[in-house]
Amino acid sequence: MKLTISGEVKEYKDGISLVELIEAEKVQTPEYVTVSVNDDLHGARDFDKITLKDGDNIEFLYFMGGGC
Amino acid sequence: MAFSNEQIERYSRHIILKEVGAKGQKKLLNSSVLIIGAGGLGAPAAMYLAAAGVGTIGIADADEVDLSNLQRQIIHATKDVGKAKVLSAKETMEEMNPDVKVNTYRTFVASDNIMDLIKDYDFIIDGTDNFPAKFLINDACVMAKKPFSHAGIIRFQGQLMTYVPGEGPCYRCIFRDPPPKDAVPTCKQAGVIGAMGGVIGSLQAMEAIKYILGVGDLLTGYLLTYDALKMEFRKIKLPKEVKDCAVCGENPTITELIDYEQAECDGVL
Repeated sequence: MKLTISGEVKEYKDGISLVELIEAEKVQTPEYVTVSVNDDLHGARDFDKITLKDGDNIEFLYFMGGGC
Repeated sequence: MAFSNEQIERYSRHIILKEVGAKGQKKLLNSSVLIIGAGGLGAPAAMYLAAAGVGTIGIADADEVDLSNLQRQIIHATKDVGKAKVLSAKETMEEMNPDVKVNTYRTFVASDNIMDLIKDYDFIIDGTDNFPAKFLINDACVMAKKPFSHAGIIRFQGQLMTYVPGEGPCYRCIFRDPPPKDAVPTCKQAGVIGAMGGVIGSLQAMEAIKYILGVGDLLTGYLLTYDALKMEFRKIKLPKEVKDCAVCGENPTITELIDYEQAECDGVL
């Protein structure tokens, strides 16, 4: 199935879970990343409840605390 | 209030724009923006707002100028090392544009002073460098119904979003709680390319100016991310609302401001 990840279309096996995707995409410190799936936001505590489907649009939103 | 000849000349490139005009320039002169943090983000934001003729600019920061700040905090100069950042920033802005009244607040923001700081301003710019302050500013602006620009920078990356009450998600809708102390690096630990503050801080000034003028589309409901190494801007769409957001949702559980524990950083504000 096709997933759009950070704006880029990629091929992944059917029924991949969000947890598996996070691992495959080598997302750093996933426990502090918010994931947007088709505009729904998910924090780390919800990752294991999410199964992805063909055409899903996924964005990884990272904490950025600097300003100094 | 009529423009002086000097003002007509000073703001001529604004006045000629159909989106600004004399009317818009007057709006800017009658407006007020509070910048929290006179650092990498706050410096360029403050300078562009002062140059634009934003009539009242507040600047809050408890720190003094350090030599290691000057690689990016362009409102301060070598001669200012050791001086209060708010004072150095005020001097620069006043030199740039005598039309601007600068209010200085030599303090860190905390739950016991932030409502008082933001109350008289039309728009708030979060130029702070730590999560406790970012969440505090968000919650205070939600509670006081004030629009603000969030931004963060680190290494070669930056992000920003704009909150306008009732018109889109807040910072806490995206990031529910601050990460634990030292879990996410600060720019003192990880570094930041100096021009990043210029890019993102200038975008914050742009959002403030557009908000005051009432023109164009703000970054409400979007997170703009910038990756300087890939030279890529991405405008990530966010949900219109997050019903279970702890501060701006339907049944808020956060009804009082929280002072989270500060992570160590060069300039804690």
